[in-house]
Amino acid sequence: MIDAPSSAWFTAHPHWSWLVVLYFFFGGLAGGCYVLAAVIDLLGRERDRPLARVGYLTVLPCLAISAVALIFDLSRPERFWHLLVEIHTWMPLIQLWTPLNAAAWVLMGFGLCAVLSSLGVRPPSLPGKVVSIIGLLLGLYVASYEGALLAFTSRPIWSETPLIGTLLVLTALSMAAAYLVLFGRWRHWELPGMRALQRIDAQALVVALIGLVALVVSLGDSARALLGAVNLILLAAVLILGFLAPLALRFRAGHVATAAALALGGGFLLRTLIVFSPQGIGQ
Amino acid sequence: MAEPMGFFTDTTVCIGCKACEVACKQWNQLPAAEGGQNTLSGDSYDNTRKLDGTHWRHVQFIEQFSEDRKDGRWLLMSDVCKHCVQAGCLEVCPTNAIIRTEFDTVVIQSDVCNGCKACIAACPFGVIDINPVSNTAQKCTLCYDRLQNGMEPACSKACPTDSIQFGPVKELRERATKRVGQLHEGGEKRAYLYGADEKMLGGLNSFFLLVDRPEVYKLPPDPQLPSRNVPMSALFSGLGALVAGAIALVNFRNRTKEP
Repeated sequence: MIDAPSSAWFTAHPHWSWLVVLYFFFGGLAGGCYVLAAVIDLLGRERDRPLARVGYLTVLPCLAISAVALIFDLSRPERFWHLLVEIHTWMPLIQLWTPLNAAAWVLMGFGLCAVLSSLGVRPPSLPGKVVSIIGLLLGLYVASYEGALLAFTSRPIWSETPLIGTLLVLTALSMAAAYLVLFGRWRHWELPGMRALQRIDAQALVVALIGLVALVVSLGDSARALLGAVNLILLAAVLILGFLAPLALRFRAGHVATAAALALGGGFLLRTLIVFSPQGIGQ
Repeated sequence: MAEPMGFFTDTTVCIGCKACEVACKQWNQLPAAEGGQNTLSGDSYDNTRKLDGTHWRHVQFIEQFSEDRKDGRWLLMSDVCKHCVQAGCLEVCPTNAIIRTEFDTVVIQSDVCNGCKACIAACPFGVIDINPVSNTAQKCTLCYDRLQNGMEPACSKACPTDSIQFGPVKELRERATKRVGQLHEGGEKRAYLYGADEKMLGGLNSFFLLVDRPEVYKLPPDPQLPSRNVPMSALFSGLGALVAGAIALVNFRNRTKEP
């Protein structure tokens, strides 16, 4: 470590497992789905309402998988409630400056919005509008806060760029759009909103691709952490399968479903790369 | 609050006996690694390898020799939690399991910790890890139980050369400064203190006298608090969320104008 590019390289890896990748992936998908469902509900046409309904109904299972993954990644899963309750006083534990504690509370609020929306509290009713707008904002938070969670460490890459959250929220939107496109194709829906979702997927991917390049550049000398064999293969897979291929296929007729599946898979690969890239560096 | 207490580790008098490691393990009832099976690291006499949940003291053996081995020196250092005045682990803990004691030391409450591992990634020195027996994050407590009973920590008590000195931090700093002066007068101009002043994380309550660059001792030259990164990260995450929201809004807003 004598030639380490920064002090972050002297820290230890937290042994976060695949469960954290699942937590990020399904959390992002939940956030993205709610955002799109709420936008469709608030601004879209009546004919696109089925897409919004699928979006809302997808949020709860995704959140459940995400929460279970987070809980089982704890070394003491039976103590997950220590995130919410101060065990010596039995008072609610609110310290919103720690991303994990803030996320625990936000996820509860977001879950409540998802339940209400799934039960039919939806626009155009006023309570439905209020729930959708609050849920939309919480959804954006859920899709992006993992960037702050990773930045709130001393690890290489995670603590050395502010762009991880940007990348996560943009790809969460792309994943959610891709998922809804896939669902619509599976059900043979010919809804006008399907084309808008494809556009959203492509636009979010283009901005995220710029974000990914900026992220690698912002790492400076620490970018050499990405030059290990596994990280390099993952980075290439993310770039080719997750970004370039779906963007290229979008302009070819008959490949809409393949492009959407690749965008969804690329989102998973990107999260895998982000979680595991600093592994093996440090103490 | 009692006076801040800490360690001053003078690496120039460490003989690598590992009495500190043994005393720490014994007093804190820390389990053996791999069920007590003896595995050699191949890295000099260092078979402890690193600080973690079951090794709260770690004696490093650094061999600096020329290729023909005619010229060189040993650097020995007993590493430990730095009990930072501004502690990264303490600020990230989402369950309040990590506390600052009346002795200005940093202690993980094992009954509160749920093993989220945030503190492992936050510690700028890579000190903390999961203890596989308790399945909670653990590290040196500066023998909090002994301090509460007016006793000295086990490691410094066991150190036969006074390489590890325990006491009020203010007093230790004075002693350490004199020792550096003494070494400089004796010709060892490379001696300096690592973490003794407030520039490094508000001061390390466990600080060191070193005779080479911090990196040689696997110490970060410029450790930082994790919270330093959050404002920029939150700003860019917020910008990303704005762009994502705008992309969704624009596409469905445009679409409503379609015939």
